[in-house]
Amino acid sequence: MTTTNGEFITFDGVHKSFGKNVVLDDLSFSVGAGERVTLIGPSGSGKTTILRMLMTLTRPDRGTIGVDGDYLYHEKRGEALVPASDAHIRKVRSRITMVFQHFNLFPNMKVLRNVTEAPIHVLGKPKDEAEARGRELLEMVGLGDKLDAHPSQLSGGQQQRVAIARALAVDPDVLLLDEVTSALDPEIAAEVLDVLRDIAKTTDVTMLLVTHAMKFARDVSHRVLMFNEGRIIEDASPEQLFNEPEHERTKSFLRSVLDET
Amino acid sequence: MNFEWSGVWDAMPTMLDGLLVALAATGIGYVIALILGLVFAFLRRSGNRWVSMPVGFLVEFIRSTPLLVQLFFFFYVLPLIGISASPLATGAFALGLHYATYTSEVYRSGIDGVPPGQWEAATALNLSTRRTWTNVILPQAIPRVVPALGNYVIAMFKDTPQLLAITVVEMLGGAIAIGSETFRYSEPIAAAGLVYLVVALLMAWVARIVERRYGQVRV
Repeated sequence: MTTTNGEFITFDGVHKSFGKNVVLDDLSFSVGAGERVTLIGPSGSGKTTILRMLMTLTRPDRGTIGVDGDYLYHEKRGEALVPASDAHIRKVRSRITMVFQHFNLFPNMKVLRNVTEAPIHVLGKPKDEAEARGRELLEMVGLGDKLDAHPSQLSGGQQQRVAIARALAVDPDVLLLDEVTSALDPEIAAEVLDVLRDIAKTTDVTMLLVTHAMKFARDVSHRVLMFNEGRIIEDASPEQLFNEPEHERTKSFLRSVLDET
Repeated sequence: MNFEWSGVWDAMPTMLDGLLVALAATGIGYVIALILGLVFAFLRRSGNRWVSMPVGFLVEFIRSTPLLVQLFFFFYVLPLIGISASPLATGAFALGLHYATYTSEVYRSGIDGVPPGQWEAATALNLSTRRTWTNVILPQAIPRVVPALGNYVIAMFKDTPQLLAITVVEMLGGAIAIGSETFRYSEPIAAAGLVYLVVALLMAWVARIVERRYGQVRV
């Protein structure tokens, strides 16, 4: 799959600090439609903040974030950009969803209900249609026999696969994956990564990933962005970045993560 | 001092009449406390300071003044502003309002106990605010608050004798009325205490059953 539009997601002059700690420093970059981009870098370098901003969980202090021509936090009024209404944010956000490090399944709903909740109540799909699609997705992630289980009865890896099915059920254009295997044992993590590889192969959903699973990142991404102290210090293809990193900081970072695993 | 058990027994019909009054006050008051407490909890969470601060002040004010003062206040003030309510209705309302300040704290801690990841997942799925509350947050918050809410029914029931101050005759009132006729107070008051004890224990038993049925949090 190749990039059809280089400017599907755009960050322009985005700045974010928490207190005195500058997390993102005047950041600009863009991601094409259907592109899969992995964000790597030491913890605290602002990778997760980028995903959280796209999901509207963290507001930028300055700058604009665009999704397919619409701004996430701003509305055009004539020539001027004004802060977006809740309705506008909801509309733009509807194209994006996220899978979290700690799964965040709804413990009060059975597995299938977790997956059908948004299709029924947000997308307004008929119940039987949503359930048929939910079954299909759960089948795809290898959990076709757990439809009536409660999340608490599942292992971490199974819960994360449900979370992936739940995210796909809203037919997103953009899928954000925030350290989705960091809370899992390596063996279990591999099952989850296999599911994600399949999705990468069979769909053209745009993906932004934050992960420490470097082999996986190399396999699925079109591009890797190396972050350090709130800035992108290297932006390259996975082959380039993993084999011949230019930046000294990238080399030392890769050495440290590859030593860990 | 001699104590006649027959006097306790003789007081029972009056006690049962009084019990109905006490249960009515508890029942109406509790429904008010459950609903109004949730309203208070919502308003205090409001992002608008012009809403959350006055409500917060009101809740603290009511919680920090005695129920008895509030009973008198409503009993004398409501008619002045043109609301004519029976003493029982006034009493049930005051009880409900007073306990709503407690239940609002219970709701608040229950809501705060739902992990932030649940709100984030709801946002990621673009659920509306209303859906997030009704389908995600409250179903997880309510099981956490069932035990504490159960305790407040019993506490409220035991506060109903204070309604005597505004002429509502429940069990204690009935006992004193018998005493003033027969000049024997100990037996009817013992009867009132006995009925309070039995009913409170029954309520605790029911509360435990409800707790076992609905008070479990799946994590």
